Amino acid sequence: MQTAPAQQLVDHLFRHEAGKMIAVLTRIFGMHNLEMAEDVVQEAFLKAMQVWKFDVPANPAAWLMQTARNKAIDIVRRQQYHRQYSNEVAQQLLTETENTIGQFFSDNEINDSQLRMIFACCHPQLKLEDRIALTLKTVSGFGVPEIARALVTNDAVIQKRLYRAKQFIKEADVRFEIPAGLELMQRLDTVYTILYLLFNEGYNSLKADELIRKDLCGEAIRLAYILSQNKSGKQPATFALLALMCLQASRFDSRLDEDNSIILLQNQDRSKWNHDLVQMGYYYLNQSAQGGDMSVYHIESAIAAEHCLATSFENTNWRRMLQLYDMLLELKATPVVTLNRAVILAQSGNPQQAINSIQALDKIDTLLQSQYIYSAVLGDIYLTIQDYEQAKKYLLLSRQLTTSEAEKKLLNEKLKTITIAIT
Amino acid sequence: MKDFMMIFIGGSSSIHFTPEQMQANMQQWFNWMNELKAKGIYVYGEPLTPNGKTVKGKEPVVTDGPFAESKELVGGFIIVKAADIDEAAELAKGCPDLPIGGTVEVREVMKY
Repeated sequence: MQTAPAQQLVDHLFRHEAGKMIAVLTRIFGMHNLEMAEDVVQEAFLKAMQVWKFDVPANPAAWLMQTARNKAIDIVRRQQYHRQYSNEVAQQLLTETENTIGQFFSDNEINDSQLRMIFACCHPQLKLEDRIALTLKTVSGFGVPEIARALVTNDAVIQKRLYRAKQFIKEADVRFEIPAGLELMQRLDTVYTILYLLFNEGYNSLKADELIRKDLCGEAIRLAYILSQNKSGKQPATFALLALMCLQASRFDSRLDEDNSIILLQNQDRSKWNHDLVQMGYYYLNQSAQGGDMSVYHIESAIAAEHCLATSFENTNWRRMLQLYDMLLELKATPVVTLNRAVILAQSGNPQQAINSIQALDKIDTLLQSQYIYSAVLGDIYLTIQDYEQAKKYLLLSRQLTTSEAEKKLLNEKLKTITIAIT
Repeated sequence: MKDFMMIFIGGSSSIHFTPEQMQANMQQWFNWMNELKAKGIYVYGEPLTPNGKTVKGKEPVVTDGPFAESKELVGGFIIVKAADIDEAAELAKGCPDLPIGGTVEVREVMKY
């Protein structure tokens, strides 16, 4: 007997709808009632769990939203008509409640509420780590164990961060709104920082498992997309960030081989880069060019685009790359940028200059002793100029510092080439 | 073939899941129900709302539900066709809520 395949829900439907519902409900109940909103969402899901087993609605997302809407009306009504007025007045108030609440459930208003929620979660007075946890929980619909897995920590730590963040929101009376003018730009900056961190956590942290890391990257892109769909959120820098993340994510599957070892950019099979994401990246890069201001994300996405445009690693336009890194260094004078610029310098035939620029970094000794990446890059450059003694010294230091198995493997291979070269 | 009722108690309706976990459980349910339907043995089924009333006594007293703790709450039922109670119980082993603390009660529908 030929039968239809089982019903299939859209990937992450519950997560995404949780974020939407919480945002809308918080707008209705007020930021101080965040937990009430979370309860309503939980109730809606439980109801779905019971009913959908027997009959899946034609539009599951709309069903959830409708259920949340009805529950919201119920709650507001219960509070409001605690004491009964005359029948006539009560009837009118009832209709008004339904209309008032119903208007928050249009697509535009849902998007607006989500943006407000993102702003609230990325409040500058919250600790960075608390912002990330709260954003993942409240905007992205992640559960505590999932946040812990993504950030490679335990449930109790995340619970504590969430508790602290929610306390702050209550006590500081954080407003649930989209600021205007200069304040909007400042707040957007704090949002970009969080989205960028989320993305990098997913892209770079080799400690978490691949699945949840992909989720994190996808989520950062989704939130940036939500921003870009809002009249206050669609700023040139938003598109630049979106472009940067799409271009980086296009290489997600090419970075590791079957054994979970890192494949360096120069060794990656470029035909495996996700072409759709690259195209999306170019599209958003184009969008970001409207308006005069140049953000860090503009430059970083331009750098990512250069990599995608090059047909091979050798064909990378190093001169252009170096220009971009010089610009980036002006806006963002961090050791990591200097380090990345040094890699480009070495590639464009100036390895000694590259080494000097790293060694000239402020507190380089501390950096070398605490973060594996500095010694890894230095070791690499020494390797290219065949200074095997220095190369070995730094690669060994790097291997000692990294906790990632994939990194260790890669470093071991390099150390092996040194042994072969000097014998 | 006889009719058997599977009564679902506790499980996914009582556990505190993250949205992603709920969706995963839901998908398992879709797959299981679909499997029963594909075999042509699924007859009928309905969910039950968690609230209700209990009526008890010679001079009936009506009290509000829920009747039990949520882990004892009946979430719904289905009727399936099977040769005997053992085969029906074997089918019930596929219920996605078993690994998360749910119970399935399997009863033969009495024909007389």
